[in-house]
Amino acid sequence: MNAALLLEPFSYDYMLTAIWVSALVGGVCGLLSGFVTLKGWSLLGDALSHAVVPGVALAYLAGLPFALGAFTSGILAAAAMSFVKLKTPVREDAVIGVVFTAFFAFGLLLISLFPAALDLKGIILGNILAIAPEDVAQLVAISIACLAVVAVKWRDLLLFSFDPHQARVLGLPVRRLHYTLLILLSATTVAALQAVGAILVVAMLITPGATAYLLTNRFGKMLCLAAALGAVTAAAGAYASYFLDGATGGCIVVLQTLVFLGAFVFSPRHGLLAARRARRELCLVAPTPDPLSPP
Amino acid sequence: MSPAPLTLAAEGVAVTYPNGHTALRDATFALTGGTICALVGVNGSGKSTLFKALMGFVTPTAGRVTLGGESVRQAQRRGWVAYVPQTEEVDWTFPVNVHDVVMMGRYGHMNFLRIPRATDREAVAAALQRVGLWELRERQIGELSGGQKKRVFVARALAQQSRVILLDEPFTGVDVKTEEAIVALLRELRAEGRLILVSTHNLGSVPEFCDQVVLINRTVLACGPTAEVFTAANLARAFGGALRHFDLARSTVEAHDGRQVTVLTDDERPLVLGQGGHLEYLDRAAHEKLVAEREAQKPTGPAP
Ligand SMILES: Nc1ncnc2c1ncn2[C@@H]1O[C@H](COP(=O)(O)OP(=O)(O)O)[C@@H](O)[C@H]1O
Ligand SMILES: [Mg+2]
Repeated sequence: MNAALLLEPFSYDYMLTAIWVSALVGGVCGLLSGFVTLKGWSLLGDALSHAVVPGVALAYLAGLPFALGAFTSGILAAAAMSFVKLKTPVREDAVIGVVFTAFFAFGLLLISLFPAALDLKGIILGNILAIAPEDVAQLVAISIACLAVVAVKWRDLLLFSFDPHQARVLGLPVRRLHYTLLILLSATTVAALQAVGAILVVAMLITPGATAYLLTNRFGKMLCLAAALGAVTAAAGAYASYFLDGATGGCIVVLQTLVFLGAFVFSPRHGLLAARRARRELCLVAPTPDPLSPP
Repeated sequence: MSPAPLTLAAEGVAVTYPNGHTALRDATFALTGGTICALVGVNGSGKSTLFKALMGFVTPTAGRVTLGGESVRQAQRRGWVAYVPQTEEVDWTFPVNVHDVVMMGRYGHMNFLRIPRATDREAVAAALQRVGLWELRERQIGELSGGQKKRVFVARALAQQSRVILLDEPFTGVDVKTEEAIVALLRELRAEGRLILVSTHNLGSVPEFCDQVVLINRTVLACGPTAEVFTAANLARAFGGALRHFDLARSTVEAHDGRQVTVLTDDERPLVLGQGGHLEYLDRAAHEKLVAEREAQKPTGPAP
């Protein structure tokens, strides 16, 4: 491969757009993934990413901004989940499962009813290479809003995630923080939808955070690392998809998984190798007999 | 520097959970700073519920809680109330170190961006030094021993400069040495005029370090100095048949054993009552010294 071929993607406007928009969305998702993994909201993230589908479908049918539809749909699903959970003794994971599959099914039904107006593949698998300029504007607006909220509130959200009781005892608005995080999650889901599609959004919202968790034990560093990982892998994935012809979402998530595997094996704290080294050292130290003690 | 003592009062507090269960009714008591008070009752008697009412997690369906004459919410805004969680409530794998956790006690003193200032760092450093964790400040919280874990949260309460410290079952699953270290620390805090409320179902340790007791069983049965509240009659009311007795008079301990009887337990301290049901203490000399110290403290009054 020569240099000209490697630089070829940058000569197309649509590739440049795809790369920087992916990087932005990947960074914001990575940032949120820190909260998602620590709060145990992975299933919720998965649920929201499926629950936005009917909203997207309806928005396209009505000619409204897709982000508006997706966001409304996601918030409705979250509200439905908390309502059902409050009113029945059914377990939380079952409630989440029931609600999001219902939303997703409704979305698929809509798409199948209006095949001409709706692009099933685009919604489910994402299509960042063909993103429309007005959609780019929506993504940028969402991303900047999320970044701003996290930049201002991350310490409060940290306390809320780590110790909600203490947050409350200090008079912090715990319920408002909960909804803030939920809305941030919905918003990033909507943003990532275009890049990787409904099915793979959840990977962007978990994998960078899980990777960063293996590499550091400071929350602030973890957030920065997760955001950086998300941005770099998303940009690299979009770039690589030029050569692999179209599977942007797949490229991004496979890359993120590779980085996770690397951390899983080589992390100095939590990695497999570190654990093995620690075990070996323990074995070397423990059975050494004291030469001075009598047998 | 030490905060002025304040009064915690519950008047006719009742708590009914959404499922219709009334965990607490007509609970009335008052405590003033400069005390270590035990909240004692069997499991399910409403200790945690009372704590939740004091911390504003549940709103009483009747009655009210006031701190220094203010509502719970106001008191929280002023940072008067600190809470030391039960060990099982904490996510010890969370990526925060000792310093981070103690800094969380300072949020109420910071502006909305929560960026620590020099005073915040000083308060955290002082708190960490006080509980003996300064050297371990960079440790991830999961890498601490059981006693150190408890002390992190006590340090957070100190950094917060709270006037009321609530500890939920602090001695459950903690070894005797750690318990003693925590008790020593709590005694210092009491001497500064803080109000320390400790929930426990471990009877034996109460006379050793608590000067007051609130005895509850779905309501407040008794409240006052330990020696007055901890009587055989009150304990029978609070615990019903849930206590195991070892009645020396009916046992094989005979006159020839004299006072050379050793009482051992594996985990919790035994509660020993003398003739007529008055409290007996573990170490006579130490107890007399403590009583003398307390007497000596009284005339000077609380610190300004
Ligand atoms: N969230 C809740 N909903 C309904 N009932 C509860 C709830 N929390 C506690 N209870 C009930 O209230 C009673 C008192 O509980 P609790 O205050 O936890 O007791 P303790 O801490 O003394 O063991 C128990 O019967 C318990 O089952
Ligand atoms: Mg309890």
